[in-house]
Amino acid sequence: MPTQEEIYSKVASTLVEALNVDEEDIQPSSTLQGDLGAESIDFLDIVFRLEREFGIKIPRGELFPESIFQGDPEFVKDGKVTEKGLAELRQRLPFADLTSFEKDPSLSKLSDLFTVEMITRYIEGKLKS
Amino acid sequence: MRWIWIDRITELHSGQSAKAIKCLSLAEDHFAQHFPGYPVMPACFILEGLAQTGGILVGEASDFKEKVVLAKVNRAIFHREMFPGEVLHYETKISNLRPEGASVEAQVTVENQVTVEAEIFFAFLDQSRSKEFFTEENFVFTGEFRHLLQRLARSKKD
Repeated sequence: MPTQEEIYSKVASTLVEALNVDEEDIQPSSTLQGDLGAESIDFLDIVFRLEREFGIKIPRGELFPESIFQGDPEFVKDGKVTEKGLAELRQRLPFADLTSFEKDPSLSKLSDLFTVEMITRYIEGKLKS
Repeated sequence: MRWIWIDRITELHSGQSAKAIKCLSLAEDHFAQHFPGYPVMPACFILEGLAQTGGILVGEASDFKEKVVLAKVNRAIFHREMFPGEVLHYETKISNLRPEGASVEAQVTVENQVTVEAEIFFAFLDQSRSKEFFTEENFVFTGEFRHLLQRLARSKKD
């Protein structure tokens, strides 16, 4: 089982290749879309590369869910994620750090949950199980 | 101009690999401009040909039910220029195939020399969403691509 640092380092090099960014631009807290410029099409590319790099299977929608809040209109109200929506998020993305999102759960900030650190934690969980 | 950048599919192993050829002719319009007095096959057209070969391979794997579109060229290395009179051999292999998309390893050889290496990524337009924007008809795999496959099938029978 690789250490967390080893996983992070491999995740970072995967993102360098997939997103054509410099390694020094990547920090644990870097958001994929905001900081690293990932577009929707890049997410599947990242999934392919992570599977190959770590020898794991990433089921569709597990790491990058396509539509978390379509299931229930009560998940979002006035552009903010409700308590019910947050509970759904905790369940769907147990590897995401929701601490700062919970303080301002604006829907527009949802993409900030997807960070390099988050992917690292996800992979760590996958390798353990 | 017909947007078809392969002349013939020469091999297709369902879900695995496909080969095609493209014969470069000085009669093709673009050579007059690219470049005057020094005709070179534009790299983007070579990539399009590889993407068409890989796209047919990926599309065939789902019996052409998916709308397969070129999403991203992850890597493309051109080792040399290619000129009228040369025959480009396009080879593509599926490296990943999932319900959401696929990636292929691709290369071009000319007289057994590798001239291009690339990795191409395809997305499948989401079934439900694509109906909002497009008709149910699969606009990606229209008549001309089908004809290419029919020609391959006929050549096997001969």
